[in-house]
Amino acid sequence: MAIMILSDDEKRVLDGAEGEARAHAMDLIVRYGKALGADRLVDTNSVCGGFVGALPGRRDVIPENIRGDMEAVYSLLNLDSDKKLSIPPVKAMTYRLIDAMDPDKWQVQRVSEQTREISQSVGEFCSQIGVNRCNTCTPYQVGVVPVFGEHCAWMESSAVIYINSVIGARSNVEGAHSAAAAALTGKTPYWGYHTPEGRRGTHHVRIEKVPETMLDWGLLGYWIGEKVQDRVPVLTGIDHPGNPNFYKHFGAAAASAGGVEMYHIVGQTPEAPTAEMAFSGRALEGELLYGPAQREEAFSYFSTATETKVDFVKIGCPHASLEQVRQVATLLDGKKLHAETDLWVFTPRQIKAIADRQGYTETIENAGAHLMSDSCAALSKVYPAGVRVAATDSAKQAHYMPAILKFQTWLGTTEQCVDAAITGEWRGGLS
Amino acid sequence: MTKLVLKGRPVVDGVAEGEALVTRDTISGFGGIDNKTGEIIEVRHELRGQSFAGKVLVFPGAKGSSGWASHFQTARLNKAAPIAMIFKHTTTKMALGAVIVRAPAVTGLDKDPIEVIKTGDWVRVDGNTGVVEVTPAAERP
Repeated sequence: MAIMILSDDEKRVLDGAEGEARAHAMDLIVRYGKALGADRLVDTNSVCGGFVGALPGRRDVIPENIRGDMEAVYSLLNLDSDKKLSIPPVKAMTYRLIDAMDPDKWQVQRVSEQTREISQSVGEFCSQIGVNRCNTCTPYQVGVVPVFGEHCAWMESSAVIYINSVIGARSNVEGAHSAAAAALTGKTPYWGYHTPEGRRGTHHVRIEKVPETMLDWGLLGYWIGEKVQDRVPVLTGIDHPGNPNFYKHFGAAAASAGGVEMYHIVGQTPEAPTAEMAFSGRALEGELLYGPAQREEAFSYFSTATETKVDFVKIGCPHASLEQVRQVATLLDGKKLHAETDLWVFTPRQIKAIADRQGYTETIENAGAHLMSDSCAALSKVYPAGVRVAATDSAKQAHYMPAILKFQTWLGTTEQCVDAAITGEWRGGLS
Repeated sequence: MTKLVLKGRPVVDGVAEGEALVTRDTISGFGGIDNKTGEIIEVRHELRGQSFAGKVLVFPGAKGSSGWASHFQTARLNKAAPIAMIFKHTTTKMALGAVIVRAPAVTGLDKDPIEVIKTGDWVRVDGNTGVVEVTPAAERP
């Protein structure tokens, strides 16, 4: 059994040399590391976490006497401390994931005044302790890009699979508490995807139906997630690079369907110049073939919708890239949405700023749609009134929407989704 | 008495005993549980509609969103968490979740807990030593 060896510095922090909050955070990291079976910690200067005091479901559990006291709320919800800790500035560079609302569109999102106030206080508290309010599930789209081999402690499965696989950074999927503790200590357990052996492939997936569109990449990711669960798939048969949008959708789908945190595409991703290097001698646990029949099987998983009258179209899960925002603007140029259908596009705030300058936002809003930032339909639980049937171009969102928001949900291409927003009818399908 | 004794790796300290709730399916936090009642809500889950509140939860492990520990912390604060956990697969979600639930937890048992423990059995989990004692439902005092 692994015994955790701590450095003198780590012991010093654990013993309280840097105050009670860092001592508590170090204790949490050590208990978490022991629970994993890790034998040591590793330094990190890249942390992404959910600071979730304002999210529906979480805020209801905050005891009456500490509501409004963000330091006490943070101590409880992010550090699991019953006692209010005096929270010092974070040690590691730390970035916040999705917030509960778009601060500019909270009324369109039907967010209550109470939620808006909590969201604002949580945000101000984040700034106070040095947590950078990116408020996106895709920090890697807005300048938070680790280097190859960098040890990170990120939450948000779709972001972790991206930086592990596409960039070659090293992160496990953290939770709110382990991310907050890493932020305060600059430490995370050396375990799993931090270790070379944890990153090696376990399953060989031979691709015969090469994905070409965003929908294809989403379906492939979802199918692989269903089959390999949380193992490490190695894809062969893809002989040209994808692009950031494709990898973003592919990874998000694989992570939400099965919990994949790392994949290799032989010849494309940085740790897989060859299949031999991707596996590095790890025992093969399974061999799979993905052809046209498997693509149809993947599409058949998304059969929650029967009615074709669409009330709500959501694009931007994970948050849309500038290219995706531009595409939506192009599809909507000069058009008007159907009177009974809403289209909301979610993107990081920085990308929204560029979209504003380019005129994409104006084009989108002139059509009657909305470009939103900082939030997410499923996670923030924001959506238009009276939605029964939704459509999305994201396999991940189509996975969560029926479960979380109880919408019948169609999955299709971006073009099909925008068409549904304009006509009010779902006319999509797998071509 | 035919008490079955299993030995594994301690994950979270403490000792607790109670009735087992056993499943072959992994459990999701976000979209998987009602954190007010401890009920499993995932549509295709074999325990859908049953609650783990106050039970010894025996399951393969955690899946789904990285908010797993947060959902289980909420369940704990709502007094709807399991009183002990026995799981098979160690992941970051599972390990952090076990720490945050603050209930004794054990993994890596020398027999498959999902095979040898049945729902309704009386189970004592020692998270200090990794020892699990199982008394079959029929022989419960």
